[in-house]
Amino acid sequence: MESQTLEHTQPLVLAQEPRNPGMNLDLDWVASVQANTSAIERRCATLPARRSVKKEHQAAWLLKAVTCIDLTTLSGDDTEERVRRLCAKARQPLRGDILQALDMPAITTGAVCVYHDMVPAAVKALTGSGIPVAAVSTGFPAGLSPFHLRVAEIGESVKAGAKEIDIVISRRHVLAGNWQALYDEMKAFRTACGEAHVKAILATGELGSLRNVARASVICMMAGADFIKTSTGKESVNATLPVSLVMIRAIRDYYDRTGFRVGYKPAGGISKAKDALVYLSLIKEELGDRWLQPDLFRFGASSLLNDIERQLEHHTTGAYSASYRHASA
Amino acid sequence: MTIKEKFDSMDYGPAPENAAEALAWLIDQGDRFGHFINGAFTAPQDGFDSRNPATGEVLATLSQASQDDVDAAVRSARTAQPKWEKLGGPGRARFLYAIARLLQKHSRLFAVLETLDNGKPIRESRDIDIPLAQRHFYYHAGMAQLMESELPDAQALGVCGQIIPWNFPLLMLAWKVAPAIAMGNTVVLKPAEYTSLTALLFADICQQAGLPKGVVNIVTGDGAVGEMIVAADVDKIAFTGSTSVGRRIREATAGSGKALTLELGGKSPYIVFDDADLDSAVEGLVDAIWFNQGQVCCAGSRLLVQESIAERFYTKLKARMDKLRIGSPLDKSIDIGAVVDPVQLETITALVASNQAGETYQPSLPLPSDGCFFLPTLIQGLSPADPLMQEEIFGPVLASCTFRTPAEAVELANNSRYGLAATVWSENINLALDLAPKLVAGVVWINSTNMFDAAAGFGGVRESGFGREGGWEGLSAYTRPKGKAKPLAPIKAFAGKQDSHAADPVDRTAKMYIGGKQTRPDSGYSKAVYNAHGALLGHVGMGSRKDVRNAVEAAAGAKAWSKTTGHLRAQILYYIGENLSARADEFAHRIDTMTGKKGGAKEVEASIQRLFTAAAWADKYDGQAHGVPVRAVALAMKEPIGVIGAICADEAPLLGLVSVMAPALAMGNRVVLAASAPFPLAATDFYQVIETSDVPAGVVNILTGEATELAQPLAAHMNVDAVWSFASTDLSETIEKASALNLKRTWVNNGTALDWGLDHSRKFLMESTEVKNIWVPYGE
Repeated sequence: MESQTLEHTQPLVLAQEPRNPGMNLDLDWVASVQANTSAIERRCATLPARRSVKKEHQAAWLLKAVTCIDLTTLSGDDTEERVRRLCAKARQPLRGDILQALDMPAITTGAVCVYHDMVPAAVKALTGSGIPVAAVSTGFPAGLSPFHLRVAEIGESVKAGAKEIDIVISRRHVLAGNWQALYDEMKAFRTACGEAHVKAILATGELGSLRNVARASVICMMAGADFIKTSTGKESVNATLPVSLVMIRAIRDYYDRTGFRVGYKPAGGISKAKDALVYLSLIKEELGDRWLQPDLFRFGASSLLNDIERQLEHHTTGAYSASYRHASA
Repeated sequence: MTIKEKFDSMDYGPAPENAAEALAWLIDQGDRFGHFINGAFTAPQDGFDSRNPATGEVLATLSQASQDDVDAAVRSARTAQPKWEKLGGPGRARFLYAIARLLQKHSRLFAVLETLDNGKPIRESRDIDIPLAQRHFYYHAGMAQLMESELPDAQALGVCGQIIPWNFPLLMLAWKVAPAIAMGNTVVLKPAEYTSLTALLFADICQQAGLPKGVVNIVTGDGAVGEMIVAADVDKIAFTGSTSVGRRIREATAGSGKALTLELGGKSPYIVFDDADLDSAVEGLVDAIWFNQGQVCCAGSRLLVQESIAERFYTKLKARMDKLRIGSPLDKSIDIGAVVDPVQLETITALVASNQAGETYQPSLPLPSDGCFFLPTLIQGLSPADPLMQEEIFGPVLASCTFRTPAEAVELANNSRYGLAATVWSENINLALDLAPKLVAGVVWINSTNMFDAAAGFGGVRESGFGREGGWEGLSAYTRPKGKAKPLAPIKAFAGKQDSHAADPVDRTAKMYIGGKQTRPDSGYSKAVYNAHGALLGHVGMGSRKDVRNAVEAAAGAKAWSKTTGHLRAQILYYIGENLSARADEFAHRIDTMTGKKGGAKEVEASIQRLFTAAAWADKYDGQAHGVPVRAVALAMKEPIGVIGAICADEAPLLGLVSVMAPALAMGNRVVLAASAPFPLAATDFYQVIETSDVPAGVVNILTGEATELAQPLAAHMNVDAVWSFASTDLSETIEKASALNLKRTWVNNGTALDWGLDHSRKFLMESTEVKNIWVPYGE
C-alpha cells in the first residue's frame, strides 16, 4: 500500500513497519484482560474537552484524516460504475483550489473498500494511484457461511488484486468463550491472506461487553491480525469511543509485549469532521503519534469525507460551506 | 510552520481560551476592589495585588480588611439574619435558585476569571469547578424549600464566619454559602488572598439576584482577617484549609460556644489491586493527583500498588505521564496549569528536594519559561516511614509504595494522621466492598476518583477535620435544634459531717471499670462520697491520667464491637435494660440517697427507656443511597466514630451516663465514661449491670474522680476519636483546646443544660456516627 502520493506527503512514516507475525495463544493473558466500563466511558466523555485542535492545526488534522479514510461502499446495489466513481473520489478527495489554499500537495484516501465482486473494477480504476483496494470477506457481514468458503473467498479477492482483506470473526466463538476456535479461525484467515494485509472485524456491537471486545482484540492480534477493526457498519451499534479505547489499549499492550504494531480501524457511525478529530486525539493520546498514519490507522467511513471537505473549505474562506460544493463519489 | 508541516507533525497547536471578557469585567470594576458588606462594595483601600500565577501579571488590587471592616460585615450579617430566617425556606429557595441561574448564565466569565486568578486549566474551571458550584446552589435551593417539612426541629445557627482556600475558590464558596443561607444563616466569608476574584464576582451576582443586603458579606485579606473573623461575634466558623490553621482555629474557638466545622488536609491512599483495569486505574491517577496541579485536599497522593503488578503499573503510569501537557492554563489542551503562587511552588520544590528515598520520575515535558509550574512527579519505592508518604505536599507529586495482601493494603492506607478520601481499584466487587468500610476516610471511591456532588457529603475523619459538606448530612453543620439552652449551675458534692456514720454498715468499695475488670485507681487515692446530710455513702477511686490511659487502651482494643451487627448490639442493649430493670428499686434508692432528691425512680425508668430506644435504633439508623447525577450509587454509610470519651452529667447521675452510653454503643462505638464527680455511685453500681449483660470487655469503661482531672487527658488522648462533656463544671474550653491535638470531634455543653428528661436520641445517634460516602460506579 505504499503509494507515490503517500510517499510524497509522508516521507518517513511508511518506512518498513514489520508485519505482526502473531504468537501462540496465551490464555493467561486473555484471562487477565480487564475493562472497567464506567471508567472507560468517563475517559471517553472527557477526552473531547481535554484536547482541542484549532485553526491551521485543525486543517492539518483533517487532511490527515482524509489520508486515513477507507472510502467505502458496501451496498447490494453497488455497480462497477458506482465503484469507479468512488475510486475517482479516492484519488482526488479534495478540490484542487482547497489544497492550493492550504498549500498542500495532492493527497488520496487511505484505501477503497468494497465487496469481492467489485475488486476488479476498483483495482482497475485505481491503477497507478498507489491506493490499495480493500475487500470485505469471509461471508461479510455475518460470517456464517461455510468455513472453507470463507477461506476461499479471501484467496479469490487476493487473486483479484485486493491488497487488504477485512475479515469478520465468528462472534459466536467470543460469546461462547471458545478462544481456541477464535484463534484458529483468525490464523487460517491470516494464512489465506498471504501478502495481503488482514483487518479483523470484531463486530463489537455484537460482543456483549467491553471485556469481550478486549479479549477478542488480543486473540486476533495473537493470531496475526495486521489491523483490528470495530464493525462491519451493519450492526446496530458500530464504532464508539469506549470500544475504540478498549481496542487501542489492547493494541498498546500487544506492542509493549511483542514489539509489533497492529493497526486500528473504527468503522461505521463516524460521519462528522469533529468526531474524526476526537478519534485522532484518542489515538495520539493512547497509542502515540506513530499510529496517526494510514499504515496503522484508518477510518471506515463513507460520509465523513464530505463533512471534512466542508470544514476545510470553511477554513480557507471563513464561511461555512455546503455539501454540493464538493464532488460526490 | 506550514499546514504541511503541521500535517506531518500532528501536534495539537495552541488552543487558547479568550480572556477578554474576564479582563473587561476587572477593568469595569476599576481593577480595584473593596469588600462586599451589607449589599454594597466598600471603597477600595490599601491592600495587595492579585496575580495570575501563570504569568505573574497583576489582575487587580484588593483591600486588606481592617477590624472595622470585619466588624461592619458581622454587624450587617447579624442585622440581616432574623429577617432572612423568617423569610422561610421557600422564600430563601427563590434566591438560591436565582443565584444558581446567574452562575449558569455567567459560567464562562466565572471559569475564565477563576483560571486567570488561580492558574488551574480552563477545562477544569469550565467543566468541573463552575458546574459543581451551580449544582450546589440548585441542590440547596431544594434544601431550603424542604427545610420546614423535613427538618421541623432545626433552626439556623445565626451568623457564620467562613474561611475558604485558594484551590477551588468559587466551588468552596458555594460549598460554604449555599447550605448556610439555605438554612437561614447569614455569612461573612473570606476568600483566600491569592484567589478572591470569583468571590467578588459572586458578590456582583448576589446584587443581581436581589439577595437581601447583609445575607452574604465578603471581606478580603490574609490570615489576619481570618483570625478577626474567628474572634468575631459569630455563631459558627466553617473553615477549609490546612490542618495547621484548622488546629489553630480549634484552639481559638475552644469554649466560645461557636460551632465549628473543619475540612482540612489529606494524604489520601489510591489502592490498585492486581485484578484492576490497570489502564483505567492509571487514567484515574491523572484525575487523582494531577487534577488542579495536585492542589486538592483529597488528592490521591499516596499510591499503593499490589506487588505482583507494580512493575507493569509503573511502566504504564510513566508512559501516561509522558503524555501530560503542562502550560498556559487558558489553553484548552492543557492538563496541568500553574501552581497558585510562587510561595506554594517553593514549598512543593523544597519538599521534593528534601526527599532522598525511592526513585523519582518526572517526564521531560516542555515547561513555560516563567510562571509557577511544577512537573508531574512520581516517587516510587517509598515506605510508610518516609516523610513524603506521610506529609501532605499539595502539589502534582505522587508518592508510592507496594503492598502484598488486601489486609496490608488497608493497614498501609490507614497508616496516616489524615482520613479524607480513599480510592480502590479492583474488578472484584467482594474485595472492593470489603475494603471500603475498612478504610479510614470520609469518602471512598471505587474504580473512580475525585467524584463530587452536592447530594453526597464530603468531609474527613482524623486530622482531615470534621463536618460534612453536601447531602442531608451536611445540613447539620448549619442548623441546631430549636429552643433556647438554659444555663447550667455547677453541682458540688456534699460535704461530710464529722460525726457522720456510714449509711451502710458493710464497707462497699466502688472501683473503676476498665477493660471488663473492676480496677483500683492507679493513684492509690480515694475520695469519700457523702449524702445530703453529710453521711458517708462510700468511697470512689481518684482517677488520674493513668486510668484514662488504661481505659482508652481497653476501649481501643475492643474494636471488634464496631464490626458487630446492629442486631447483636440491640440484644445486648436490651439485656442491659432488662438487668437494670431488675435492680430498679436499688438504683432509684441510690440516686435519691446521693442527690437528696426524690426523682430516682423516674430517672431509672427513663434510663431503661434510653437503653430500649438505643436498642431499637441499633439496627435502624440507616444510611442512604444518594442520587448523584452519574451512573453510580453514592452509599452514605453511617459508621461509628470509634472511641468516645464522655464526661457525664451531674444533674442526672445515672440517666446522664446511660443517655450517652446507649446510643454510642448502639452505633458501634466504645466508650470511656467519667462518672458524675459529685454523684458517682450510680455509675459504679451500673458496671455490675454491665458485667452481667454480655457487654464485651473494653466496650464500656467507667472512671471516677474529678472531672477537671479526667477531662484534659481524655480530650488530649490521640487514640480517642470524640470527646463529649455534660459536666456541670464547664470544661468546654479545656476539652476543645486539648482536642486540637488530633482534631477529635467534640460535643460540649458550654455551660448549658440538656434536659435529660427528654429523649435526645437522634442527636446522640448523629454525634455517634460519621457519614462515609462510598461511590460505586456501575455498568458492564
